[in-house]
Amino acid sequence: MKYFGSGHGACPGCGLPIAVKNVLEAIGPCFVANSTGCLEIISSQYGKSAWGVPYIHSLFENAAAVAAGIEAALKALGRTDEGPVVVFAGDGATADIGIGPLSGMFDRGHDVLYICLDNEAYQNTGNQQSGLTPTGSNTTTCPAGKLMPGKPGPKKDMVAIALAHKVPYVATASVAYPKDIRRKAKRAMEFEGPKYIQIHSTCVTGWGIEGKLAIPIARLAVETGLYPLVEYENGKLVRVRKIKKRKPVEEYLKPQKRFRHLFKHPKGHEIIEEIQRIADENAARFGLDVE
Amino acid sequence: MMKVVRGFYSVAYSVKLCKPNVICAYPITPQTEIVERLAEMYANGELGDCEYITAESEFGSASILVGASAAGARTFTATCSQGLILMSEVLWNAAGMRLPIVIVNANRSLSAPLSIWNDHQDSMAMRDAGIIQVYVENNQEVHDMIPQAFKVAEDRRVMLPFMVCMDGYKLTHAYEPVDLLSQELVDSFLPPYDPPVKLTTKDPLTFGSYATPATYMEFRAAMHNAMERARKVMDEVFKEWAEVSGRNWGGHIANSGEGAEVYVIAMGSLVGLVRDVVDELRKDGKSVDLIKLRTFRPFPADELRKALSGASKVIVFERSLSLGSEPPVTLDVKSAIQKLDIDVYSLVVGLGGRDVPRDLVKKSIEEVIDGKVEPGMHFRGLKDYEEVIV
Repeated sequence: MKYFGSGHGACPGCGLPIAVKNVLEAIGPCFVANSTGCLEIISSQYGKSAWGVPYIHSLFENAAAVAAGIEAALKALGRTDEGPVVVFAGDGATADIGIGPLSGMFDRGHDVLYICLDNEAYQNTGNQQSGLTPTGSNTTTCPAGKLMPGKPGPKKDMVAIALAHKVPYVATASVAYPKDIRRKAKRAMEFEGPKYIQIHSTCVTGWGIEGKLAIPIARLAVETGLYPLVEYENGKLVRVRKIKKRKPVEEYLKPQKRFRHLFKHPKGHEIIEEIQRIADENAARFGLDVE
Repeated sequence: MMKVVRGFYSVAYSVKLCKPNVICAYPITPQTEIVERLAEMYANGELGDCEYITAESEFGSASILVGASAAGARTFTATCSQGLILMSEVLWNAAGMRLPIVIVNANRSLSAPLSIWNDHQDSMAMRDAGIIQVYVENNQEVHDMIPQAFKVAEDRRVMLPFMVCMDGYKLTHAYEPVDLLSQELVDSFLPPYDPPVKLTTKDPLTFGSYATPATYMEFRAAMHNAMERARKVMDEVFKEWAEVSGRNWGGHIANSGEGAEVYVIAMGSLVGLVRDVVDELRKDGKSVDLIKLRTFRPFPADELRKALSGASKVIVFERSLSLGSEPPVTLDVKSAIQKLDIDVYSLVVGLGGRDVPRDLVKKSIEEVIDGKVEPGMHFRGLKDYEEVIV
């Protein structure tokens, strides 16, 4: 792979290289801005860069703004033929600390593809809660204890936030479906202006799973309706990945250490019911179930 | 072309002549009208191929310029006070990535209490970021300083951000006659930006790597060396500017060179008033002279040591504090002259826009000359007040 080389330091089973390689393969030479996080740490060590494209890591919370600056410079310098500008940012960098610059980038309509690598917590520093951590998940900053059964409240709806900014192309994807990632990245490039794709990406250490189970578990997130794969063009829902015989959420939760407490905790049953309700709601909202 | 203009216009017009590729800013008092004038020029198509971006915050503004500068663009922003502090995380990063972003800081005090008026606390808080800092005396000097700032910052021996500091309101909003530069002169002085490295798909490079303990220290040492090299580059550029423009603002410091027993060090818009007072005192037979401190980073320790070698007392008019220690300029002055037998008087004036009247300046200098005040730090122009918490 010429754009994201071997030699990166990701854990076996990590979803990030799958997401990155497939996006880059789909769109070709491009400019990458990357926020601080797992991806940056596994790929950008001085003297050992894994990147075959021009790459900049600046700060945790400003990749969207840095990308906007690259885009503006290329326009001003008449170098728009060199390739598109892409952001790779984690869920915390996207939904929490970096949401201001991201909103600014969306709002000003920069021609930038923003990829949120959603592994559902601050995994680089050891699984701390982010705005995209799902309900009930056990993290080190919302640990399952006597009183609290893991992450309270829902996962932040970044797709709706992107849509509210009138972002012309908004989609979700999963590392369990690489062909779908490539198609969506390619499709995104047909739109001018900001584009947002949120890719559900496995984290073996944070989720507490074995590497070999990463892809089957990522697939279960889709098959239970918890991570619906959807696609919006100009604000309209245009495509949805349908599910034949949607699976109960327990099948997704059980093999992961981050949800294991739900099967023992006195409030666990209630939380699992709540998670099932979220999946059912997704199914109804997006018409996930095949009739 | 001599014209009576306000400070912000003298900045904006000079920036335009430097042909930046990307300008990005967020409005903040009293800097706002600098970027308003640039936005107006952009709206009227006067900025050429330049991209002008109104950011969602100063944090965003600095971040956009990091991307633009890394991609090879000549970049400019203006800010002040809370805005500069909001930018600070990014500006440390820009300096570390060796991006020659030019910033005009319309010096303003910091909260709390909220104050929109002038002192130097904001830029002093950025002392250690790896940003060159020059303080200007008037609106002609700031007009002249912008092309020089780009030339120094973009020099391959330097490659560091450059901050031109002008006193908020006192200069930004003041009407002054300014000899506006011509495009021909600026073009002949300032070549287009040709970065040694940039983000391009034709030669992919990694910017902003992370460094292990095996490499980090070398990057920081390289920044320090660049700041040291900047001294010489600034000498060259200042000299060249005097030749092409016919206006000599001095080097890192400016003084009469006539020698005196007592020296007064001042920065920014206070310089004009102090010069006037010092001239009057000299006419009265007092042995006193002014040192205008133009460069704060890199700090001109050698020049100061030389200029002060025959002095017995030095007064530093300070416009900022380092709470729990001595004010920042005083500390550097003391460090520069540590082996000389000179008493240092650190007189803190004009915080948060407090007026610094001529009488106060004169009386403060006379008290030192007459030996009525002990060396050390003193507030001047401070009213009696009561600390209610104690």
